[in-house]
Amino acid sequence: MARRATWGAWMAVAFDEMQGADGTVRPAYAELNRWLGEVLPDVLDRRRREAELLFRRIGITFAVYGETDSTERLIPFDVLPRILGAGEWDIVRRGLEQRSKAINHYIRDVYRRRDILRAGIVPEDLVFQNPVFRPEMNGQSVPHDIYVHIAGIDIVRVDADTFYVLEDNARTPSGVSYMLENREIMLRLFPELFSRHRIAPVENYPDELLATLSSVAPTTASSDPTVVLLTPGVYNSAYYEHSFLADKLGVELVEGRDLFVKADVVYMRTTQGPKRVDVIYRRIDDDFLDPLAFRPDSALGVPGLMSAYQAGNVTLANAVGTGIADDKAVYSYMPEIVKFYLGEEPILKNVPTWRCRENDHLGYTLDHLHELVVKEVHGSGGYGMLIGPKADKTALAAFRAKLKSNPKNFIAQPTLALSTCPTCVDEGVAPRHVDLRPFVLTGRDRIRIVPGGLTRVALKAGSLVVNSSQGGGTKDTWVLDR
Amino acid sequence: MLSRTADNLYWLARYVERAEYLARILEATLRLTALPIAYVGESNEWESAVATAGCASAFFGNYPEANEENVTHFLAFSTANPSSIRSCFEVARTNARAVRTALTVEMWDAINGAWLELKRFGNGPTSREEFLGFLRWVQETSLLFDGSAYRTMLRNDAYWFSRLGLYIERADNTARILDVKYHVLLPAQESVGGPLDYFQWSAILRSVSALTAYHWVYRESLKPWLIADLLILNDQMPRSLASCYENLVRYLDEIAQAYGRQGAAQRNARSVRTRLENSRMDEIFQSGLHEFIGGFIADNNRLGATITEQYLT
Repeated sequence: MARRATWGAWMAVAFDEMQGADGTVRPAYAELNRWLGEVLPDVLDRRRREAELLFRRIGITFAVYGETDSTERLIPFDVLPRILGAGEWDIVRRGLEQRSKAINHYIRDVYRRRDILRAGIVPEDLVFQNPVFRPEMNGQSVPHDIYVHIAGIDIVRVDADTFYVLEDNARTPSGVSYMLENREIMLRLFPELFSRHRIAPVENYPDELLATLSSVAPTTASSDPTVVLLTPGVYNSAYYEHSFLADKLGVELVEGRDLFVKADVVYMRTTQGPKRVDVIYRRIDDDFLDPLAFRPDSALGVPGLMSAYQAGNVTLANAVGTGIADDKAVYSYMPEIVKFYLGEEPILKNVPTWRCRENDHLGYTLDHLHELVVKEVHGSGGYGMLIGPKADKTALAAFRAKLKSNPKNFIAQPTLALSTCPTCVDEGVAPRHVDLRPFVLTGRDRIRIVPGGLTRVALKAGSLVVNSSQGGGTKDTWVLDR
Repeated sequence: MLSRTADNLYWLARYVERAEYLARILEATLRLTALPIAYVGESNEWESAVATAGCASAFFGNYPEANEENVTHFLAFSTANPSSIRSCFEVARTNARAVRTALTVEMWDAINGAWLELKRFGNGPTSREEFLGFLRWVQETSLLFDGSAYRTMLRNDAYWFSRLGLYIERADNTARILDVKYHVLLPAQESVGGPLDYFQWSAILRSVSALTAYHWVYRESLKPWLIADLLILNDQMPRSLASCYENLVRYLDEIAQAYGRQGAAQRNARSVRTRLENSRMDEIFQSGLHEFIGGFIADNNRLGATITEQYLT
């Protein structure tokens, strides 16, 4: 049977998704546990190596990052799946739908009627002084009133019943290609494991995405709208995902220079002359979309795109200015936002958050710095944050000064004991902390969520940082269908 | 299809073809320079290799003289030379990445594999044997890429544009060999020649992989006017100018048919083909082989520019 290394120490603090709180194997993991008991260590090792080879091949085929060796690296893949039961997933799914609806309501409200600001629920300066607030969107209608067509909502788990939303990504969330590739690799490597489970498929994601994008075409577009994927180009770190998705969607992968705007209509340059474009799934930030409207030095965008968008002749997915909804400072208001628009209690909780902009919260944060995680409100990728319990005195003092000089720029949260999942490491099978990024697609007709999402895993023992830029890996995520 | 995609496919094919051509020139030059001077004369074959590669001015901007060491480096491994074999593979791979979705997996594997493999050769070979291995590998890579395209691509505009790139480049390459070596093919040289020119002639044929083909077609010992005939007018010979233009006309017609529109590119290609069809070797020699080839290179460049203007921008 597979070796099991160093389970003990972390069990005490973190909820393990396989072993549960009391050490008995939880039902969703029963088959995997049995299989781990049967499988020989060298078989598991061999599959691990095969997975790496396959990934490197597919990686060489798809996952190429930049031009030099150092940047063309693969994100480590763990062969043991992360498993959610049908009931657990149902809660997450309903929570995601609710949260996405609320986010769309909120963005529309901020750029239109501003009820929530007038009601004093979200402070005005948080919106208007936010650099990602786009005055160009004031009073602007967008096709079918949908702003966030593709959301990546990061979720962590702390016990059997509690899922927290850690972060909303309402701009250009990435990672879905890993979700799809991870499943492909697992199907190839572990057919026997699949036959012992009933696992909801994820391979229909590209179809769901295309259906979503087509559904939000401007009303003036034909019944078969032209959808394109706009990438910053080959030097972007997510380029492989862009080309992978364009391929699966069967749409053109365009760069800014492939598009032009004439009389407020967007066209792409083709070998047969200009072709009208109706929906742009853009994987390029607001700032770079249109040098005439935003950063004039951007060579990545399309001059006049914003004006075509404002004229209602093209749909941008996601809409411009959605950053006001996924900021870490706005995050703390999300439970109130859900209640305000939907009149419901949030199904997915927020991590308790101290807003350092408020005096009493700042006071608490300064007093408890050694036990809190403090993040910059605009930061991402795990950079610029303080993990109190892991910081030494000097680091704490330095951060305290930073915090005091600009409290508005920070929020604080308790150090969460993220749940763990069995993971293959050098010493055998051991628990490692995980999070989950499901992808929520909002179309004109309905919300679509492919069961599961991308599970990220912190491969270092005890580490809570799952970001790939800091040594995190990924796992296939299984949602059992009963 | 996106103009940029078509442009990338076109140049991808051109660069792979160019890399193979450079490898053939270097191989043929190594053979020639290995012979005693009595057999090949005093001419500097390395200088002529640089000229045939079409980068003489860039080369002499970097080096005072052409010899084996600096020419092989410049044509094969130099990053300063945008047309070195290394640069060709690097640009080809960048183009391939940009149109990843328009390529088949096999084509991508061929070009990406070549790019990864290239690192194994570092900054150049340590021995002549190793260098010859490298040159063979370059030719195999081109065969693999070309074969992958032929066997796996859908026959649509993506395929046709990549073929256009291949044939424009190939026509240019064959014409350049003739342009640099025309003097050894001139009838007047024959008396001086004898064994001396024999090896020059066979080197020309080798650089377009046509030595065996020559014997099958003409069943004679090497004659300069027959070599010129094979490389210019013989449409059975895949690297001849006539054959390249057969294919250019054919693929341009496919595109015109699919798009429902003829244009300047189609007309230009047809007029060059007609001129080749109506030419005879003795007339070409009479009115000047060098002028004929010069005129062809200019026409071929013009067709490339017209294709770019009509479809790729």
